[in-house]
Amino acid sequence: MACIEARGLRKAFGKTVAVDGIDLRVEEGRILGIVGPNGAGKSTALSAILGLTPYEGSLRVLGRDPWSERGQLMNDVAFIADVAVLPRWMRASQAIEYLAGVHPRFDRDKAEAFLAKTSVKRHSRVRELSKGMVTQLHLALIMAIDAKLLVLDEPTLGLDILVRKQFYDSLLNDYFDRSRTIVVTTHQIDEIQDVLTDFVFIDQGRIVLESSMEQFETRYVEAMVRPENVEAARAFRPIHERQIFGRSILLYDGADRQQIAALGEVRTPSIADLFVAVMSRTQGAAR
Amino acid sequence: MTRPYYWSVRRELWENRFVYLAPLIVCAVVLFAALVSNTFSLPDRVTRAAADTDLARRHSMVVSHLSLPPAPIMLSTFIVAMFYCLDALYGERRDRSILFWKSLPVSDRTVVLSKLSVPMLVLPAFALILGITVQIILFVHGTLVLTLRGVGPGLLWREFRFMQEPIVMLYGTVVHVLWYAPIYGWLLLVSAWAKRVPLVWAVMPLMVISAFEKGVFGSMNFMNMLQYRVGGAMKEAFVFQTGAIDEFSQLSIGRYVSRPGLWGGLLFAFLCVVLAIHLRRKREPI
Repeated sequence: MACIEARGLRKAFGKTVAVDGIDLRVEEGRILGIVGPNGAGKSTALSAILGLTPYEGSLRVLGRDPWSERGQLMNDVAFIADVAVLPRWMRASQAIEYLAGVHPRFDRDKAEAFLAKTSVKRHSRVRELSKGMVTQLHLALIMAIDAKLLVLDEPTLGLDILVRKQFYDSLLNDYFDRSRTIVVTTHQIDEIQDVLTDFVFIDQGRIVLESSMEQFETRYVEAMVRPENVEAARAFRPIHERQIFGRSILLYDGADRQQIAALGEVRTPSIADLFVAVMSRTQGAAR
Repeated sequence: MTRPYYWSVRRELWENRFVYLAPLIVCAVVLFAALVSNTFSLPDRVTRAAADTDLARRHSMVVSHLSLPPAPIMLSTFIVAMFYCLDALYGERRDRSILFWKSLPVSDRTVVLSKLSVPMLVLPAFALILGITVQIILFVHGTLVLTLRGVGPGLLWREFRFMQEPIVMLYGTVVHVLWYAPIYGWLLLVSAWAKRVPLVWAVMPLMVISAFEKGVFGSMNFMNMLQYRVGGAMKEAFVFQTGAIDEFSQLSIGRYVSRPGLWGGLLFAFLCVVLAIHLRRKREPI
């Protein structure tokens, strides 16, 4: 059974179509990054997966219909929407007590242990904490839940780079094992490139590219080329070209690495570079 | 179902401490005022009562200082309950914490029912406990004052109805809570629905309908209905008489349970709550 299986997933708000027929299959044990510009429909798609919004099309999460079975589904799903959703009046100790009360898969001792590693005091109220500390608290709570699926929607938005790094480090070291599935959206895609096993690009409510990291690394290649070699390099039909410090950087889809290596320095592109390339192409095509 | 429900109610009380702090303050003020006043006036009143030949009036003079203080405490919980309901499903959307609550395995029905339980169960029980406690304190205090001032507590002990008084209070609480259920239901519904200023949305339609009826038909049925909703429980559930209400003969259970106003109100409350659950499921942060 796939962890998430969507077919023809669609969601419109009045005349605005936020999600326009998404087919997506996420297997157990994967870490999927969803990348897209603002307003691409990422958050709406996640809302549907989490049972927060009704939708058209078919969608199963852990074999359940999220909209009609949100209560039960949340036994096995954890999510962090963004940093600002922990109730401001709540104390860290109350959050732990409450979760221990309502969540059958919440491990109180684990949460206490994770929290002890942070600078958050048990007695502090959320409103007294900095943004970074709230995230640490939320993460400590979430990691103490033995969930099958973890959904992170811009979990590190507005945090400084140290906290962001810590966030993903503890997530990977203390939480992730091959049986859990993680779906994450973020604008800082470069920071989690090494973490992901798969990614999708979403634009205007549709999936424009879908790839595993293995596929990505073999399929795409980037070359930094001196001006005298540019014409030769262009002959291999790059999908994108940009200039840095007088050199051209060309991005190829499915080109022969060895041939291109003769023209310049070859490396695997970043997902962000590929994203820019794909987006400028689709948007160019739209015009 | 019961564990998430229990913890949801607890967390409502963590968040909304005013629902018990306000009645506690009212209770403290009422108790203090009664203690001071009884210390000075109770011996006189009991002496006068002992000389009164009208037995009903005598009874009333002796026990009214015990029967009346619970009323303002009860009233304070009704008021607090209304403010609580109005914010219950609105506040969590405004501060976006609904996204946190919805990330947990607690169904929307459990959430709404736990919120409904605050005005329907928790606050009435709390008011009842406060009321009975206040009575016990005043009774002990009255006994002491009368003894020390040489009047003697005999009359107080004879007139105070130990068994009936708390049961009458329990009855009074239940009939009011059931009668007010549609008010709480309506406020919860508005709270689940409104995108802003729920207070205005809760009150405006009532005013508009009243004004419309008065303007078009020249009648005031809707206005009267609202008034009946506020004061009806007292009118229908008790046999009206002056003085203290502290014995079973003053209860009109039959009339109360046969009022269409009771059952219509409960039906309306039920519909409001069903709708509120439905809206809680659909609504997003604002």
